[in-house]
Amino acid sequence: MNSNIRILIKLFFTFLKISPITFGGGYAMTTLIELEVVNKNKWIKKEEIIDVFTIAQTLPGAVAINSAIFIGYRVAGLLGAVISLIGILFPTFSIVILVSLIYFLFKDNPLIKAAFNGIGASIIALILYAGITIGKSAIKGKTSLFLTILSLLLLIIFHINPILLIIGGAFIGMFKLKHKSVGEEGREIVTTEEQKAFYKES
Amino acid sequence: MYLQLYWGFFLVGCFSFGGGYAMLPLIERLISSHDWMASGQFAEIIALSGMLPGSIGTNAAVFVGFQTAGIAGSLVATAGIITPSLILVVIISKFFKRFQDSEIIEKAFYGLRPVVVGLLVYSAIKFAFSLEVVTTISIETIYFIIMFIISLLLLIYKKIHPLFLIFLSVIGGIAFL
Repeated sequence: MNSNIRILIKLFFTFLKISPITFGGGYAMTTLIELEVVNKNKWIKKEEIIDVFTIAQTLPGAVAINSAIFIGYRVAGLLGAVISLIGILFPTFSIVILVSLIYFLFKDNPLIKAAFNGIGASIIALILYAGITIGKSAIKGKTSLFLTILSLLLLIIFHINPILLIIGGAFIGMFKLKHKSVGEEGREIVTTEEQKAFYKES
Repeated sequence: MYLQLYWGFFLVGCFSFGGGYAMLPLIERLISSHDWMASGQFAEIIALSGMLPGSIGTNAAVFVGFQTAGIAGSLVATAGIITPSLILVVIISKFFKRFQDSEIIEKAFYGLRPVVVGLLVYSAIKFAFSLEVVTTISIETIYFIIMFIISLLLLIYKKIHPLFLIFLSVIGGIAFL
């Protein structure tokens, strides 16, 4: 009993510590989780952590949060999952609340406005870059390129609900397309070169 | 109101394949269908969410919840967006040992992922056109476009860290003043 509580506390603080560093869902985060969870606490084996990240990326939702839930569940069951989730959410949640309070006091300040114009430019680039990263493994051949363009057109012209589009895409994949095996390369949603190199090294 | 927030973000959590950025088009849709805030205000929220630690999508959920119904609203929105993750992760780690190897899942993703790419491109376009600097053409617009192109090149070729990029863009924005 006592050791259970100790593990839960440890889980909570481990993810609490990782949370503020998860900027832009960066791969710094996966490296850090691996360091804490595999090397330091030895909760999960090195071979298994890759599975954890793959599934976390495959499922809907934020990768960092999915990973925290997954690891928490493996280590200490449902309670562990919830505790890890709270751990990874609490710091960012508090920061967002704090910033939104401050922001609405200063938002008409010209300096803040200028800064936001700058941030706007990089956010557009970040969103597009997320698309490019996924596109590298998602767009293989004419059919997938056609699907991308079709969904973009449906969104722009008909303002179709994105949820319907996602369900449609999944159904087309399951039932309509003659499935060419996408194999190792295509399976992961996001596999950057650094990530591959990182796994190879470790 | 709380129920609408919870359910709305629950659905976002269910269908946001592709990580935090993929949540943005879904959240945008949710907000515009409920008239929770103006599109200009949503753009500010996205910009703030992106510069803060944490997933951009979850941060945006906290902001939207806060804007619509205070602290309680942000708690409800966050709970909504993470519930599907919690349920799915637990189910999958309990029942499917090698879930990602199953053929039907692989097939579904084969069709789903190109759609996610389309969604992200759309999301970027939509975000751009919600900014005043893009819709009212001026010398600032050209400066903005140049900053965007540099940002994208830095991401693609230099793999610059998102946080560092945002820091640079703040300086770039202020430098124009």
